[in-house]
Amino acid sequence: MIRIGDAPRVRRLLIGTALTLTALFLLLPLVAIFAQALMSGIDVYWQNLSSVYTLSAIGLTLLVAAITVPVNLVFGVFLAWLVTRFDFPGRRLLQTLIDIPFAVSPVVAGLVYLLLYGRNGWLGGWLDAHDIQIMFAWPGIVLVTLFVTCPFVARELIPLMQTQGSREEEAAVTLGASGWTIFRRVTLPNIRHALLYGVILTNARAVGEFGAVSVVAGAIRGQTNTLPLQVEQLYQDYNTVGAFTSASLLALLALLTLAAKAALEWRAARRETAT
Amino acid sequence: MIAQALMRRRERRVLPGFGLSLGISLTFVSLVLLLPLTSLVGQLSQLSWSQYWFLITDPRLLASYAVTLFGAGVAALFNAAFGLLMAWVLVRYEFPGKRLVDALMDLPFALPTAVAGITLATLYSSNGWIGRLLEPWGISVSYTWIGIALAMAFTSIPFVVRTVQPVLEDLPAEVDEAAMTLGASDGHAFRRVILPYLWPALVTGTGLAFVRSLGEFGAVIFIAGGKPYETEITSLMVFVKLQEYDYAGASAVASIVLATSLALLLAINLWQGRFIKRLHGGRG
Repeated sequence: MIRIGDAPRVRRLLIGTALTLTALFLLLPLVAIFAQALMSGIDVYWQNLSSVYTLSAIGLTLLVAAITVPVNLVFGVFLAWLVTRFDFPGRRLLQTLIDIPFAVSPVVAGLVYLLLYGRNGWLGGWLDAHDIQIMFAWPGIVLVTLFVTCPFVARELIPLMQTQGSREEEAAVTLGASGWTIFRRVTLPNIRHALLYGVILTNARAVGEFGAVSVVAGAIRGQTNTLPLQVEQLYQDYNTVGAFTSASLLALLALLTLAAKAALEWRAARRETAT
Repeated sequence: MIAQALMRRRERRVLPGFGLSLGISLTFVSLVLLLPLTSLVGQLSQLSWSQYWFLITDPRLLASYAVTLFGAGVAALFNAAFGLLMAWVLVRYEFPGKRLVDALMDLPFALPTAVAGITLATLYSSNGWIGRLLEPWGISVSYTWIGIALAMAFTSIPFVVRTVQPVLEDLPAEVDEAAMTLGASDGHAFRRVILPYLWPALVTGTGLAFVRSLGEFGAVIFIAGGKPYETEITSLMVFVKLQEYDYAGASAVASIVLATSLALLLAINLWQGRFIKRLHGGRG
């Protein structure tokens, strides 16, 4: 069969260009992160990694992810169930609203939270009077991270659940299964992979969010620094090796995310060819 | 007819959990999305029109609009070409390491933007791995519009690749064959046969890359340097005004950023919807 661009000359040229550009734009930055982190040797790398500031940044980052991911997982599943299994006025609007965090610049996301919970904000006076600190503290970081990551799980589930339809679940209802049983035994096995992928994406973004978090964090060193904020701070202090040490942790997580995604896609493709 | 509609609605609600999922979804959307966004409206309503106009037409801000739009435009065009090439190569050819290259395409979404930012700034600085090679040619990337466009392009690489790739996969092989057996050259056949087919996906992907680039912050600020009137992007202006405790100014700028990206996103969705309708003979 003859196909467009199958001539060996064309093929070599296109593959060569594609690989060169990929190496230059994607691979080289990745290599540079680890090279810069290890520039002064492995001992300095470990020293930077085990510093009190880095450890507390890791701790806060994990805390933010530990709250954000489960909350958005539950929300995403309920929202996907709602918009794919029921028809009601405002369904499209709800789906559009959930896309807002994708369109909004993260700095604007941070700003709207600051306007709401900050000292001069709507709730600021009340919070101040009750001695509750949300802005410039970890609860603020959690809230903006919830905002920027809330579409991921729902966005992965909705198209899948729409194509699958609700016939299997309806059959379960007629057999007398309860809501929870239907979800656990019928729906969950069908959406397992998409759900896992949504969680992976939520986690990657929750750990790596910078713009929104930098607005609400106020950067008190060692107290409200997440890893991305620490990367920025060390970089501005001309501590390049330190900045890239923390960056290498985040890059490692990014690589794990890519590997998990590739594995999920590979399994899905294998199942498709099997059936 | 009404009875029929009601019947259908009842029928749709055979499944349990409507009330619970509606309650949870609405509560979450109201608290996490809508309430904070209304606080922006509240802040803006304290301004008169002339005050608002004065804030959003500040010359330094006008310069930042130009820098941001230009950078995002260049980044989107670059990604249209690069994304098309990558999608083509990944779908049509086999070569060693293909799976790795395919996985690497998603790196910009997985890598935190601040990490991308300091890495690009370091690579392209005058003594960085790439910056050092460019300097003898008189090209400086750091602290110029080239750096801004580069950082924006990096963070939006996946959009075009991932929207074009599935469409190209679905293109039947007969289409190629028909074009080629009729004697068209590669370039001609691609332009006349393949490109019109990929066009909607290509425009959608490029549009999404453009919207993302307009709002990008973390990846850009390090390489841009933030020289007023020259390399300040609009989302940085929000940040600068906040640091000066100018909440009204920050909100005014934010409203511009927000309105622009929402309008563009809506336009992309409408455009895409229209095309899908045409594909499915008006039933879409």
